[in-house]
Amino acid sequence: MVCEMETDQQMEEMDVEVLSSMWPEDVGGTEPDNQFNVEKPAGDSDTLKEVDIAEKRTMADLKRLPDLLNTTDQGSTQLTNLVKQWEYMQDHAVRLLREELKILTKQREEAEAKELKIIEEHNFETEEPENVRVLDESSDLFRRFKEKKRDKLVGRKRIEIDEEFDTVAYWKQKALTFEKMLEASTERERRLIEKLNESLKTMESHSAPVEELTQNLKRAEGFLHFILQNAPIVMGHQDKDLRYLFIYNKFPTLREHDILGKTDVEIFHGGGVKESEDFKREVLEKGKASKREITFETDLFGSKTFLIYVEPVYNKAREKIGINYMGMEVTDQVRKREKMAKLREDNAVRKAMESELTKTIHITEETMRAKQMLATMSHEIRSPLSGVVGMAEILSTTKLDKEQRQLLNVMISSGDLVLQLINDILDLSKVESGVMKLEATKFRPREVVKHVLQTAAASLKKELTLEGNIADEVPILVVGDVLRIRQILTNLISNAIKFTHQGKVGIKLKVIPEPSFASDNTHKADAEEQNGLAETSVWICCDVYDTGIGIPENALPCLFKKYMQASADHARKYGGTGLGLAICKQLVELMGGQLTVTSQVNLGSTFTFILPYKVAASNDHSDDQDEFSDMVDHQPEPDDSTEGYFQFKPLLGSIYSNGGPVMGNNFLPHKAMLPSPVKLINGNTGQSESVQVENGGYMDDTRLETGSGHCPESAHQYENGNGRCPSKESESCSSSQASSEMESEFTVSSPREDVQTETEVKETSKQPKILLVEDNKINIMVAKSMMKQLGYTFDIANNGVEAITAINSSSYDLVLMDVCMPVLDGLKATRLIRSYEESGNWDAAVEAGVDIKVLENKQMSVRSTNRLPIIAMTANTLSESSEECYANGMDSFISKPVTLQKLKQCLQQYLH
Amino acid sequence: MDAHVAQLQMQYRNYILSLYQQGFLDDQFTELKSLQDDGSPDFVAEVLSLFFDDCVKLVGNMARALDQIGTVDFCQVGANVHQLKGSSSSVGAKRVKGLCINFKELCEAKNYEGCVRCLQQVDIEYKTLKAKLQDMFNLEKQIVQAGGIVPQVDIN
Repeated sequence: MVCEMETDQQMEEMDVEVLSSMWPEDVGGTEPDNQFNVEKPAGDSDTLKEVDIAEKRTMADLKRLPDLLNTTDQGSTQLTNLVKQWEYMQDHAVRLLREELKILTKQREEAEAKELKIIEEHNFETEEPENVRVLDESSDLFRRFKEKKRDKLVGRKRIEIDEEFDTVAYWKQKALTFEKMLEASTERERRLIEKLNESLKTMESHSAPVEELTQNLKRAEGFLHFILQNAPIVMGHQDKDLRYLFIYNKFPTLREHDILGKTDVEIFHGGGVKESEDFKREVLEKGKASKREITFETDLFGSKTFLIYVEPVYNKAREKIGINYMGMEVTDQVRKREKMAKLREDNAVRKAMESELTKTIHITEETMRAKQMLATMSHEIRSPLSGVVGMAEILSTTKLDKEQRQLLNVMISSGDLVLQLINDILDLSKVESGVMKLEATKFRPREVVKHVLQTAAASLKKELTLEGNIADEVPILVVGDVLRIRQILTNLISNAIKFTHQGKVGIKLKVIPEPSFASDNTHKADAEEQNGLAETSVWICCDVYDTGIGIPENALPCLFKKYMQASADHARKYGGTGLGLAICKQLVELMGGQLTVTSQVNLGSTFTFILPYKVAASNDHSDDQDEFSDMVDHQPEPDDSTEGYFQFKPLLGSIYSNGGPVMGNNFLPHKAMLPSPVKLINGNTGQSESVQVENGGYMDDTRLETGSGHCPESAHQYENGNGRCPSKESESCSSSQASSEMESEFTVSSPREDVQTETEVKETSKQPKILLVEDNKINIMVAKSMMKQLGYTFDIANNGVEAITAINSSSYDLVLMDVCMPVLDGLKATRLIRSYEESGNWDAAVEAGVDIKVLENKQMSVRSTNRLPIIAMTANTLSESSEECYANGMDSFISKPVTLQKLKQCLQQYLH
Repeated sequence: MDAHVAQLQMQYRNYILSLYQQGFLDDQFTELKSLQDDGSPDFVAEVLSLFFDDCVKLVGNMARALDQIGTVDFCQVGANVHQLKGSSSSVGAKRVKGLCINFKELCEAKNYEGCVRCLQQVDIEYKTLKAKLQDMFNLEKQIVQAGGIVPQVDIN
């Protein structure tokens, strides 16, 4: 009975419909609803016997079960099922009995028929002849039927009577015989009735369903166990307080009394228990079966995930009385699924990253290409444009009427503006692509400031005072990339002037302690160390201040951005490319410094940049001073190297009131691109602080002043033409372009002139002297042809020694130096030349084994301090090689094979 | 007459293009041609004849140096190769230049067999180029004789 009940309980857990499919087909019986057929093959029973069923796995509260069965719908269905089955069984039995009964009835009918026959026969015996006759006459068929009947029933048994017919004895005998037959018949009938009773009795015994059902249930349970024995399934029933009434568990770790009557929370501890209980309660409340996956983390069975199905159980009054639940362990599946999900997620993330990267790469490539393109384009534009501007400038030296000249001036200033823009773009892309190289040269900050201010003053067309103020502690001589520093200063100053209409613009230099941003920022100048330099570095803060229109605060953030100006209005009013400050900032940062700005609207702005410099040894300083006093003899000049304050007062009046052919306006806004550049000189000695503005020209200034120079006519024309040129319409434009023009000029020429300001006594020839150092005849021939096309001539040295000899005996403006040469290569030769420039003697060269015979030319040694531009010609264009060139003191390099274009650019850069 | 000139010019153009396409020449040769003007009408020919003389001399030098089996002065060979490399680079003799670059590396590695092999290749290559350029000059001459002008060939 226990078993039966348990099975019932289990059956309840399962859907009855599903259950049917669980049966083997041959067990299912012939009728579809006959689930528990009596007639089962023996084989199945055997199978079950072999199966070891651990009955202990199932635990149930037996007392409550009948209640449960009676009160719940499931229980009723279950019972109904059983009743149905029983009824069916009954039907079946009745059917069988009926069949039996039918047979018996038939038999009885037969017996009755026989009796009748016997009686008839008896009658026949009495009046046989008549009857026979009649019958014989009437029908033959009847007779035959009679015989047949008799044959069938009595089996042709003939009664033999020995006595003579129709005697007493005969009749007696006959009666006796009949009596016997009758008895036999009666006897048979009785037996049949007996048999009938017997079978009825057996039927009665079959009709008791309990045993059979018990058997069936046992089998069902057996099958369930058989199926469930390895399934990782837990099922159970809990009452409405969620106390266990039944549990089936494949791996029981708790005993019956540990579970029954208790809740999950009471039994287990750990993660998931509460959740499962809540879930069960939720189902109970909502009254809707549902599934959920819950991960348990209990001491009892570790970390396991169960898929739990919970359904509410109702009693017949539709009241909830508890839940059925079934859990299947799906830990592995969940783990796999999670792994898959994670993989998928990773995959997605990776893909996203990939696409992001591809996008970035694409953008970068595009940007690079665009920059490259920009640089190339700028380059390509610059060459023809410089031709245009140059020609226009030459044109301006010819005789023109006033209108023509005005037009030409506009043309030149526009051209200059475009050139400046292109230079800016080139600079910018150079800095951005990291191509820009910094040079470390010795220079005097005071001098640089002064020159910048002078240059600015030269092109100044406003009533502004320019001043420079350098603190005493600023070293006389420092090392840095003077070219770039000058570019920055010029840019800032021209900016300041552009936006200042009255008051002053100035530069202030002072030494500051190392700023905080620099301590973790190794400045790049470190790499550019040169021999003989002191290691001490100093931070100099440079303020460029003005009393101009100022910058509104909201415009400050985008001030240093490319192509940005404080406002579109300003851009219209003041012109400019909007690149200047961006370049300044980039340059300052490239040198390891910082550029900042403070400003107040209508009061002025101050741009401040701080940069690290190396302090050069002081003995260099004294040397240089000697040179100065030696060289600047024709014009007493204040000592630049120590002076800390300069001021340039407005010169405006004198510009417009023509002060004579010589003393007049010397501030030429444009430089003529003649094959031999005319020297630009500020000969105005009347100004107390006036200094010579020297821009690397080749014209003797005294000649120019006296007007008896080598080419006095052209010089005069040049001056006159420009003297009248500044037209009021183009004031702002020409002022900006003029200063930028100045800047670009300094950009190329400053390394030489920053070291000293003296004017070299040049040869009167307009042709610059070029020395080509090259051992390859063919290369010489090609170079010669190119130079010819460009309008230059040159001397040839076949190796480094010849080059040194040539430089020693004559002065050159430019050296083109092959790197790889026999006897003495270009790098060594350059080093020796530089050493000569620094020391004033060829000791190093002699030491290196160069035989220099012409050392007697002592006065030449003075000029040796003039840095000679040396351009390397190298077959190897790798940056390594170019760095080698720079490291050895070369100024630039041309990659081989030399083309007309490259040569032209180089010459333009270093000869003008 | 004009048709003849046009044909010659076409032939010349194709020939020049083939020289570039086959890698005998590079842009530097174009550069060289552009340097030739009325002031120096035979500039290219002059430079090239100088170049080929140089080739003969340098190849001869190297062959002699490489003949000194066991005591090969690789430095000397290297110097010669460098010269040849510079010259070929200047005239735009692309193949010779390419060989020279290899040659120089082999020389620095003191690879005797490689050097000998390279020298032979250089020898063949410069002679081939010489023959090709000879043909080119002949064509130019024919064009001029036929009253035409030597066309500028745009390589790109």
